[in-house]
Amino acid sequence: MPTEQIMESPEQAITESPRPDRPTTKVETRRPGDAPLGRAEPIFEVRDVGVSYDANPAVRNITLDIGHNRITALIGPSGCGKSTLIRCFNRMNDLIPSAKVDGSILYHGQDLYGAGVDPVEVRKLIGMVFQKPNPFPKSIYDNIAFGPRVIGMPGDMDGIVERALKRAALWTEVKDRLKENAYRLSGGQQQRLCIARCLAVEPDVILMDEPCSALDPIATSRIEDLMLELKRDYSIVIVTHNMQQAARVSDMTAVLMPEVRDGDMTVGHIVEYAETNKIFTNPDNKRTEEYITGRVG
Amino acid sequence: MARRLTASRRRYGETLIRFALMACAAVSVVTTVGIVVALLEPSIEFFREVPVGEYLTGTDWSPLFEPSSFGVLPLVVGTLTTTFWACVVALPFGLGAAIYMSEYAGPRARRWLKPALEVLAGIPTVVFGYFALTAVTPFLQDIGLPVEIFNALSAGLVMGVMILPTVASLSDDAMTAVPMALREGAYGLGASKLAVSTRVVVPAALSGIVASFVLGISRAVGETMIVAIAAGAQPTVTFNPYEAVQTMTAYIAQVGIGDVPTGSLEYKTIFAVGATLFVATLIMNIVSIRLVRKYREVYE
Amino acid sequence: MSAAGRVVGGASTRDRVMGLAFQGLLIFSLLVGFATLILLFIDVAGDGLGKLSWDFISSFPYSLPARAGIQSPLVGTILLMILVALFAVPIGVGAALYLEEYADRDRWYNRAIEINIQNLAAVPSIVYGILGLAFLVRGLGLGRVLLAGALTLTLLVLPIVIIASREAIRAVPDSIREGALALGATRWQTIQRQILPAAVPGIATGSILALSRAIGETAPLILIGAIVFVPFNPSGLDSPFTALPIQIFNWTTRPQEEFKLLAAAAIIVLLGLLLTMNAFAIWLRNKYQRRW
Repeated sequence: MPTEQIMESPEQAITESPRPDRPTTKVETRRPGDAPLGRAEPIFEVRDVGVSYDANPAVRNITLDIGHNRITALIGPSGCGKSTLIRCFNRMNDLIPSAKVDGSILYHGQDLYGAGVDPVEVRKLIGMVFQKPNPFPKSIYDNIAFGPRVIGMPGDMDGIVERALKRAALWTEVKDRLKENAYRLSGGQQQRLCIARCLAVEPDVILMDEPCSALDPIATSRIEDLMLELKRDYSIVIVTHNMQQAARVSDMTAVLMPEVRDGDMTVGHIVEYAETNKIFTNPDNKRTEEYITGRVG
Repeated sequence: MARRLTASRRRYGETLIRFALMACAAVSVVTTVGIVVALLEPSIEFFREVPVGEYLTGTDWSPLFEPSSFGVLPLVVGTLTTTFWACVVALPFGLGAAIYMSEYAGPRARRWLKPALEVLAGIPTVVFGYFALTAVTPFLQDIGLPVEIFNALSAGLVMGVMILPTVASLSDDAMTAVPMALREGAYGLGASKLAVSTRVVVPAALSGIVASFVLGISRAVGETMIVAIAAGAQPTVTFNPYEAVQTMTAYIAQVGIGDVPTGSLEYKTIFAVGATLFVATLIMNIVSIRLVRKYREVYE
Repeated sequence: MSAAGRVVGGASTRDRVMGLAFQGLLIFSLLVGFATLILLFIDVAGDGLGKLSWDFISSFPYSLPARAGIQSPLVGTILLMILVALFAVPIGVGAALYLEEYADRDRWYNRAIEINIQNLAAVPSIVYGILGLAFLVRGLGLGRVLLAGALTLTLLVLPIVIIASREAIRAVPDSIREGALALGATRWQTIQRQILPAAVPGIATGSILALSRAIGETAPLILIGAIVFVPFNPSGLDSPFTALPIQIFNWTTRPQEEFKLLAAAAIIVLLGLLLTMNAFAIWLRNKYQRRW
């Protein structure tokens, strides 16, 4: 559980950004032994979703609810389709011509894959942070400003950039060098830059696909702290292969496991989805337990 | 609370841009169609007046004089002769240069060798033609070869040097694509550099090397200025490199310079010979592209 | 010699000699190309330097070699270069963007377009001349004018621009595209604001090299009818014209020795122009090329 905050106080970040649409939920970090979470309003309702590439299935029969203002972790061994699944939430799988998505994903009751839905609009609301930090080959300022500029966000750009950087706990480190090239930042700073960039367009949901796997432990822990702060205003879905990370930050955890089809083909599916506490202390499913305890990789 | 997922207005701009870009790509298709149509129509008309058999097997090509005769063999033989001598230079030395660059040269040497070869490749062909006529032919005469002022040998040799960079570059690409692991395996067994280069790398890169040869030959067949300047304007069926010949390309240029009435039979010879040329190089280019694809698939 | 001795002692003398002979052969191969290049420069310089002067550049072609110059061919070449750049770069970059960013690689027609472009890059240049003759000069009725020449050369170098631009665009990592799209940018916004700016150095270098190719070409212009004796600068797109390579060709094929020297001088000017362009392209590449 995080102890020290090595950045601005979160209250400061909240009060400086009026967010009328967001109910400010008081969320606490959870410890083993805490009372179970109340039922959160679902932000995503996933029903029987499957993804296949050129008729080769990658995940199947995914059904779960992602809760509002929660951190939901998708864990499981590599190859079980976690990244494939998370990319369904912001229609990034559209970029792969051979990918086909079945089933339905409701976002606040609207079908993400319904007729007339524009993926560009979806991505303005549901942002993504990638495994390897991918800042643009531009200045720090222009990296953050890119999103608001292309979506036509009104307002003072300097203010938007400053707010985003503060919310991502990067402002004090870069405020004197906003015009510097983003590539000169360290790996951890670049990833926080990417988070700030994502926050600048004011999304509703943040998807994180193994955001810390390319970072050192200190940078990792700073981003985990950041996640817990961001939970107040955003809903977060994180893919991670680091179980301890899932245990540290997430409220709900879904465990995906590969199922071997003919030959080497593996298809992922959910073996258990429950509160993180339960997954890591008293899981129902035997395969979950085997994975958690390391008996199965 | 949730915002709309549908776009606030239809993104017409995006569709428009996509079409505009597709149109740009379509220009290339239109070009090919244009080439085929441009060559086909007059050729069909030509072959209504001149039987294909006579065209392909006749040994007398004099369409511009009376009595006119339309056997294309002299032009084909002229092309083959000059191409042959070009290959004598370009293929072995191009491959040799490529082997040196890929197996022997250090990274520093490669850094200026490749651009230097590109300089050679960038010299306009009319300049090479000048060189062939004013320097190479007199030189060959000086060393005792009985070459005429216009002859196939000078043009062929200079054409070979012009094509050498193409062969070298493509062969070098093919050989550098061969994984180090193959070489290391052979070196580990105690093989010499000569053995590794010739017995491991070259065979492994063979399809790419052959592709470079085929492309080089294609370029020789399609080359105009060097042969127009130095090889002559006398279409005769001869394999003697010392004599003047006329290639298909040089003939087309000759007619182009002259003032031939549109629609006349002589005018149509441009297209008939052009079609022959196009078909020949097309076949070679397709073969070469296939071969390159083959080696790329294996190693990339 | 024992087996161990063979390994430790190194290669046998025979092997070493053969190895050196082989290496010598390879170096000789390289020298064939470079020696020819040097000899060519010496030949041209020797013949042409004497004729090179400001008068030469400012005079027009004339029937008497003593007063002939290259002003109209040089102006024609430069105008062609500008026109080809204006036509070929936008169309070529557009085609490259379509193929790299929009086209679904699995569709047969997109694959056909790719193969088609590779083929076009290897079609003999005189065939492009025939194309221009049939459609532009005679077909569209443009006549033997500057615009016809420029369009024909554009078609000739378009495959080169497309191929070079595609490489430059492909070099931009997918992570940049994904990052931009994930923020809610449209395809075109991503291209316009991220991909194109990053690919510009490569595109510029490739375009300059394509232009050098264009202005060195003679055969297509012969068929288009770049008339040789044009003692005036082109007055517009619909004006007759000539170009340096055509003038060189004409002077080279004249029997009089004087004209051959003029040809050499014109070659020096042409090579100088090409050298400047290529040096600029290389400078551009070294200064602005990004290593991802």
